[in-house]
Amino acid sequence: MQFTAPQFKDNAARALADGQLQKALTNVEKGFIAKRAAAVAALPEFDALRDKGREIKNHTLAHLDLYLEAYEHKVTESGGHVHWAESAEDARQLVLDICRRVGAKTVTKGKSMITEEINLNDFLSEHAIEPVETDLGEYIIQLRGEHPSHIIAPAVHLNKEQVEEDFRRVHTHLDPKRDLTAPETLLSEARQVLRKRYFQADVGITGANFLIAETGTSVIVTNEGNGDLTQSLPKVHIVVASIEKLVPTLEDCSQILRLLARSATGQDISVYTTFSTGPRRAEDPDGPEEYHVILLDNGRTAMLGSEFQDMLRCIRCGACMNHCPVYHAVGGHAYGSVYPGPMGAVLTPSLFGVDISGHLPNASTFCGRCESVCPMHIPLPKMMRHWREREFEKHLNPATARYGLGVWAFFAKRPKLYRMATSIGARMLSLIGGSRGRIASLPFASGWTDIRDLPAPEGQTFAQQWAARQKQGA
Amino acid sequence: MSQAQIRPKVGLFATCLVDLFRPSVGFSAAKLIEDAGCDVHVPIAQTCCGQPAYNSGDTKDTRDLAKQVIEQFEGFDYVVLPSGSCGAMLKMHYPELFKGDPLWEERCRRFSDKVFELVSFLTDVRGMTEVKVQLGKSVTYHDSCSGLRELGIAKQPRALLSSVEGLELKEMTGSDVCCGFGGTFCVKYPDISGKIVSKKTAMIGETGADLLLAGDMGCLMNMAGKLKREGSTIEVRHVAEVLAGMTDSRPIAGSGK
Ligand code: SF4
Repeated sequence: MQFTAPQFKDNAARALADGQLQKALTNVEKGFIAKRAAAVAALPEFDALRDKGREIKNHTLAHLDLYLEAYEHKVTESGGHVHWAESAEDARQLVLDICRRVGAKTVTKGKSMITEEINLNDFLSEHAIEPVETDLGEYIIQLRGEHPSHIIAPAVHLNKEQVEEDFRRVHTHLDPKRDLTAPETLLSEARQVLRKRYFQADVGITGANFLIAETGTSVIVTNEGNGDLTQSLPKVHIVVASIEKLVPTLEDCSQILRLLARSATGQDISVYTTFSTGPRRAEDPDGPEEYHVILLDNGRTAMLGSEFQDMLRCIRCGACMNHCPVYHAVGGHAYGSVYPGPMGAVLTPSLFGVDISGHLPNASTFCGRCESVCPMHIPLPKMMRHWREREFEKHLNPATARYGLGVWAFFAKRPKLYRMATSIGARMLSLIGGSRGRIASLPFASGWTDIRDLPAPEGQTFAQQWAARQKQGA
Repeated sequence: MSQAQIRPKVGLFATCLVDLFRPSVGFSAAKLIEDAGCDVHVPIAQTCCGQPAYNSGDTKDTRDLAKQVIEQFEGFDYVVLPSGSCGAMLKMHYPELFKGDPLWEERCRRFSDKVFELVSFLTDVRGMTEVKVQLGKSVTYHDSCSGLRELGIAKQPRALLSSVEGLELKEMTGSDVCCGFGGTFCVKYPDISGKIVSKKTAMIGETGADLLLAGDMGCLMNMAGKLKREGSTIEVRHVAEVLAGMTDSRPIAGSGK
């Protein structure tokens, strides 16, 4: 997708003015939050599970090299192939090489954020291979030439009417008078259209929610079953996954699975959870002849051992964005990168550089709701603050903000001067406020007064008044 | 606590916003702390807890300010602030700043242990269960983010408010949703902040309450400023003013009585 994080402010302004989008975003704000809350309330040990999840991932990350080796060994043992990709480019090329070798014209795809991260669809299309998204949300945005605006609900920025319009525009072979008002009819129409494509596909590409070192297994969860068809019907299955998806054992995987769906959609567990270990064996009724795993680094090893290591615990449940007031206000596209919301505000600078992603960790109120719902206990605000520190060290933040902060700090560190300045300031602002006690416009604080009035001070600072009273009392 | 016992010495950190914009909150806090059987001291050299620098990534200035605060306040039995976010700054974030510092780590930890947000101090530390004041108004309460999520303040203010004679609490939906203040966020991203606060004022309006309360001046000024701009007449005050029975001053917003 086109990287527009540097234009975050413009993106946000456009999103705020988009009435349709604003309406669609209320679904995130209302639906997801209530569903998660109910699911969590129904599971008394949820918090204990979160601690466990954090422990499992911390342990894995501390020994990631060992687990990756063990995983590769197991995959190879079961007849699969592991390919290592340091960069997005490497990963794309690896996919293309496999597709070319088997003469693929069409690939079906399960929903995968990693293939978005490496911009795989555009790349394959440029090389005359047609990618077909099979997840309903992904399918819709592919029809529209868009990108996901949410990591688990890619088309959450759209409403039903828009989807209906798109289906009528593209599915011209179907009866124009058909009734498409119910959401289920949209799903079944997409299913019907996609059925043919599953059989045409030479290669199926999925992501992985987990990779299990103990068994060499990749795991995907879906609610539509499209992932299963994507990976079992074509003769080649390619899994594209980033290195931090690893967990040591099956048992670890099942523990974290209990957190995933509850945090994401409020389900106890997703409708389909599929474990794939190697290609089809002689006695298997179905499955691919070749099984490949492309393991992507793309900046992740640089996060290991840094103040951003905790971010690698993320299981991409989307709870942080579902609860984020900034996400609710501007939606996922405004972030201008594959990963939106609080997790994106931390991850995007790690993957693409803070020099061009600086807005994302800054555009947060630090309300902390993301951290409070994150099933993996990721301290998201703290890590956004770490990005701000790096920005500050590198002088990347705007000169005016730096200057303002510098002046403020100068006074705050000199209490006597500070007392003088605040006494004068309080007096002045109170005069401007007049008898109504409000300031409707203040040139040097236009960011404040464009939106709201500034309540005027009472006249004297607390320190002045307190000192005066102490004197009287004495 | 028996009369014979010595009254603990409390250092009141009024916070920069209270100092500049709302001295009555400082006096309300002082009264409440005294009512809770403590002596109040206000070190005159206090300025700001350092949040603007901290949240802008300026760790050096933050550390300088933190040391200044610690030096001024470490001599007291308790340090109390009428603000959840400044309270969390001193209690939770200062120790982070001095991790591994041989001179300051332990000193800061001892200091931070004594720090409390005002309402939590009154109830959790001093065991206050009621206030003897009255106010014939309906009230809605906004949970400021830092106080709620970093310090666990939610039940305490509601418990004390329920003891105010004549006061009716009308909860808003989403009382725990951010008001969009976020320190420098509100001036760096004014239109996003504006959108968030307008959702908040809508929720406040739906309650039909006479008075909006919260425990943090940042959030209060943000919501009050927006309510005024929208022409709302709902009164806005810091929760300490109501608990202390000091509601004669002009409210932060709204017509008042
Ligand atoms: S950061 Fe936490 S809440 Fe957000 S997607 Fe990752 S695991 Fe889920």
